[in-house]
Amino acid sequence: MPETGQATRSRAQRDAMTGTRIRERRMMLGLRQSDLARRVEISPSYLNLIEHNRRRIGGKLLVDLAGALSVDISALTHGAEAEQLDQLSEAAVAGAAAAPELERVEEFLGRFPGWARLVGLQQRQISHLQRQIDSMADRLSHDPALSGALHDVLSKVTAIQSTATILAETGDLDPEWQEKFIANLSVDSTELAARSAALMGYLDGSAETELSLATPHEELEAYLADTGFHLPLLEAGGAPQAQLSAVKEALSSPAARDLALEYFTRYQSDARQMPLAELQEVLAQTGPDPAKIAAQFGTDLAAAMRRLASLPPEPGQPGLGLVICDGSGALILRKSTDGFVIPRFGTGCAFWPLYRALSQPGRALRDRVSQSGDGDRASLAYAISMPVPPMVFDGRQPMEATMLLVPEAALPSPALEQDRFLAIGATCRSCQIEPCSARRDASVLRESF
Amino acid sequence: MGHHVLLIEDEPNIIEAMRFILSRDGWQVSCHSDGATAVQVVSDLRPDVVVLDVMLPNRNGFDILRDLRAEHATAALPVLMLTAKGQAKDRDRAEGLGASAFMTKPFANAEVIDQLRSLVGS
Repeated sequence: MPETGQATRSRAQRDAMTGTRIRERRMMLGLRQSDLARRVEISPSYLNLIEHNRRRIGGKLLVDLAGALSVDISALTHGAEAEQLDQLSEAAVAGAAAAPELERVEEFLGRFPGWARLVGLQQRQISHLQRQIDSMADRLSHDPALSGALHDVLSKVTAIQSTATILAETGDLDPEWQEKFIANLSVDSTELAARSAALMGYLDGSAETELSLATPHEELEAYLADTGFHLPLLEAGGAPQAQLSAVKEALSSPAARDLALEYFTRYQSDARQMPLAELQEVLAQTGPDPAKIAAQFGTDLAAAMRRLASLPPEPGQPGLGLVICDGSGALILRKSTDGFVIPRFGTGCAFWPLYRALSQPGRALRDRVSQSGDGDRASLAYAISMPVPPMVFDGRQPMEATMLLVPEAALPSPALEQDRFLAIGATCRSCQIEPCSARRDASVLRESF
Repeated sequence: MGHHVLLIEDEPNIIEAMRFILSRDGWQVSCHSDGATAVQVVSDLRPDVVVLDVMLPNRNGFDILRDLRAEHATAALPVLMLTAKGQAKDRDRAEGLGASAFMTKPFANAEVIDQLRSLVGS
């Protein structure tokens, strides 16, 4: 449920006071900002932002700060009473049609604490249920595996209903047909039971069932994730078909195997243009810069990005991330990396350089991006969009955008743009950046600390 | 011989049931279950009406419908689109692409016959 302006103000005021109380308490104890920051393992500049109410605070850091200041958390957050007032205010605004006397909310809390707790508790439950509904609606809208599973179940129901109607309403049904339709009913009802069980397991979050309902792209990504996106057989000159034969068991659907063969064929082509040993020599001199790699080997930028993302995993080193989308923006390959969350379903944040590249075909883009909101755990994002060969003249040329993610921890030296970053999210539902001109959905985190 | 209907659907027992009830109703029934070759099959068979499922192997019903509408010979061909109940976005998308009518699974046999009769004007 979206937070109302009044409730937001109330929460913001409480948050604002938290920073001030931390500062007051620290000064009362005669602690320097740098001393307190060291004790809770954050930078003095970040503590300074908190104390001046320019950063929200919660969770472990709030616990640590309360501990370091030898005070209860409630003394910093103004205790449960403020939270109850927040909840009552939210309830009042959400149920404005009942005309609650909002100006007397403190009196209500004081005179009827039990009833006030009940109203607050119910408001929390309503908010929680609303978030669950939003989340389920989002999942139904954007989860292709779920959509496919529902369609499968309903198709079986349709077959059973049609067959049963024929049996029930066709008086002169030939015995041979009758026998056939009864057999069909038996088979369909068994399959319906299995598909329904799989669907329920999926909704319950059962990993085993989920795997059986995965889309072909997810199947391929799951396999590639297990290999670290590095395929020694192809690196050694093996054929794509041989690679496919070696992994057939891991890919249950024909569609996933078709996708895998396409992927392996492209991988082989990239590996031939940029052999691993030579690539590693160049990397030692240039670092993971796709433009320099592409120039060195005379390849296109997208191929260099894919090749960098297929480097063998190194213990203790973050791998490079890769995201590829088609011309519609649908994500068709996801390789995650440290500090950059890629949604499993649907599209990502509209501000990803990947999508900007789609609107500027052929133009190389580079940004220092961060999903943390404060520039921590930033990555360098390189992106480009290009036509997918073969080229055609009929106006149906497929396009593809590729984005390589290089976590700063993987860079031999700090990125040049240390003083700036592009704040982006993973998806709207999990993003707290406000205001955001590209927001499509409310964030489920808005009410969190 | 009655009107010719082409069922493009991959659930074999839906095909069997539909073939049975439509044949008894006087329709000439053809069936096809592969999305990748569906447009070519429509072009070859020239049916009076098509029943097209959204989810098919190798190619989805939306892409097939888009191609049918782009071809002069099939631009006005009546197409009854089968979508799944609860997937309103599928229906919206099919409407945008020029579907002549919709039915949501599960549907009743009599509904299909009524809908097809309406589409061919009989």
